Amino acid sequence: MIHVKIQMQYKVSFFMTMAGQFLTSFSAFLSILFLMSRFPQVEDFTYNEVLLCFAAVLMAFSIAECFARGFDTFSSMIGNGEFDRIMVRPRNESFQVLASRIELTRVGRFIQAAVVFAYAIPASGIKWSFGKILTLFLMIAGGTVVFSGLFLVYAALCFFTTEGLEFMNIFTDGGREFGRFPLSIYGEEILKFFTYVVPIALFQYYPMLYLTGRSENLLYMFLPVIGCLFIIPCYILWRIGIRHYKSTGS
Amino acid sequence: MKKYISFFRIRFINSLQYRAAAYAGVATQFAWGFMNILAFRAFYRENPHSFPMEFSQLASYVWLQQAFLALFMLWYYDNEIFASITGGNVAYELARPMDLYCMWFTKNLAVRLSRAFLRCMPILLVAVLLPEPYGISPPVSMFGFFMFIISIILAFFCLVALSMLVYISAFYTLSPWGVRIMASVLTEFLTGAIIPLPFFPEKIMRIISLTPFASMQNLPFRIYSGNIAGKEMLYGILLQVFWTAVLVLAGRLWISKALNRAVVQGG
Repeated sequence: MIHVKIQMQYKVSFFMTMAGQFLTSFSAFLSILFLMSRFPQVEDFTYNEVLLCFAAVLMAFSIAECFARGFDTFSSMIGNGEFDRIMVRPRNESFQVLASRIELTRVGRFIQAAVVFAYAIPASGIKWSFGKILTLFLMIAGGTVVFSGLFLVYAALCFFTTEGLEFMNIFTDGGREFGRFPLSIYGEEILKFFTYVVPIALFQYYPMLYLTGRSENLLYMFLPVIGCLFIIPCYILWRIGIRHYKSTGS
Repeated sequence: MKKYISFFRIRFINSLQYRAAAYAGVATQFAWGFMNILAFRAFYRENPHSFPMEFSQLASYVWLQQAFLALFMLWYYDNEIFASITGGNVAYELARPMDLYCMWFTKNLAVRLSRAFLRCMPILLVAVLLPEPYGISPPVSMFGFFMFIISIILAFFCLVALSMLVYISAFYTLSPWGVRIMASVLTEFLTGAIIPLPFFPEKIMRIISLTPFASMQNLPFRIYSGNIAGKEMLYGILLQVFWTAVLVLAGRLWISKALNRAVVQGG
């Protein structure tokens, strides 16, 4: 709660940053709008379906980011020795890193995702049964877990490199940016990569197939749950990293 | 002039030291550009006739964009400048026998240029080797290439002049984060960094093309692939000169105003 209160002290900056967050994803939204007004369909997906996909990924990302972005500044935590202090406290390390920074400004993204949902859910023409609502919910929940896993990997790699790895951005920020379209549009190989290696498609493309009635396969509905398993190797990597940890000494 | 050139050299060489980071960045940017091109390919397959430029032109645009990212992304700010404004170090800088605006301008040019210098070669090299429509195509003509060089230099100055305005705003806000983010996001979108300007709806694009935003990465990259040529190109370059001059003047006026009222706390 302290973090929340601190952030509220700088009100103007807080709202400006929040508005900035909102605008970042708003420009992503506009790019969809502009592209889809030129091309009514992409790989069979209509504008409203793409929006649904965009909103689900954005919402999952914003929730994950709100809580797990502490891992994002983790390289500085190792660099300035803050992590040493965490290690000596009698609480779980990952919990403390998690709680070290709660970014409320990310609410900007969340709001936007909610607004897009409010438009796209009725406009998509999907008949909303219990199963479909559950699917959408699983997509968001699964996405949150997968993105959190990615943030965790990002932090775990810092143990070995001390620096943040810019390359991981392709999966975190890139996952958000490229996830605004169903991943199948990037072609077979990319889809496979995002299915088996970094399971973003598991909570995005496949459940979308079920959601939009392209497939009746119930398995697709529960794929996000399988995607959640991704967090396990991430967590193992994190544990290995902690064991491997040598203080920078500052 | 000489002092600014040597200042430029110091900064340039200084930033060249971060090679490992630059090469890690190259891989990221390469993947990023590749995904972008694949997304556009899906749209191109959907309907080649609604595609506002040729596919190879788009690919060239994306690769040039990735190669020269450091020149044209507003968010490559120099944190030292922000820190010197909010922290009060600017007082020392004022004591130097140099013009503050010119000094910061040179600093920005140097840092961005050295970053781009490290990154552009490997990206362009791979992009040249990629198969036909996906890679970067050779320049359309000698003249076109010459104009591309002129235009990219102007565009670079134009962007740095814009970024100076963001730095100067820190004299007033003291907590520059909000302005930074807002300015970066707006510029990114309006300069065609997310989707190239030809993909914007006709009317919106016509308005943007009059603003300074169209004078940044949009123009040189499209001149390179021949998407803009002839009269339109000359007109665009004139507009670039105009906007760069306006932005520099605005920045100079604003900074002298800001310095008049700036209070540096002692201590």
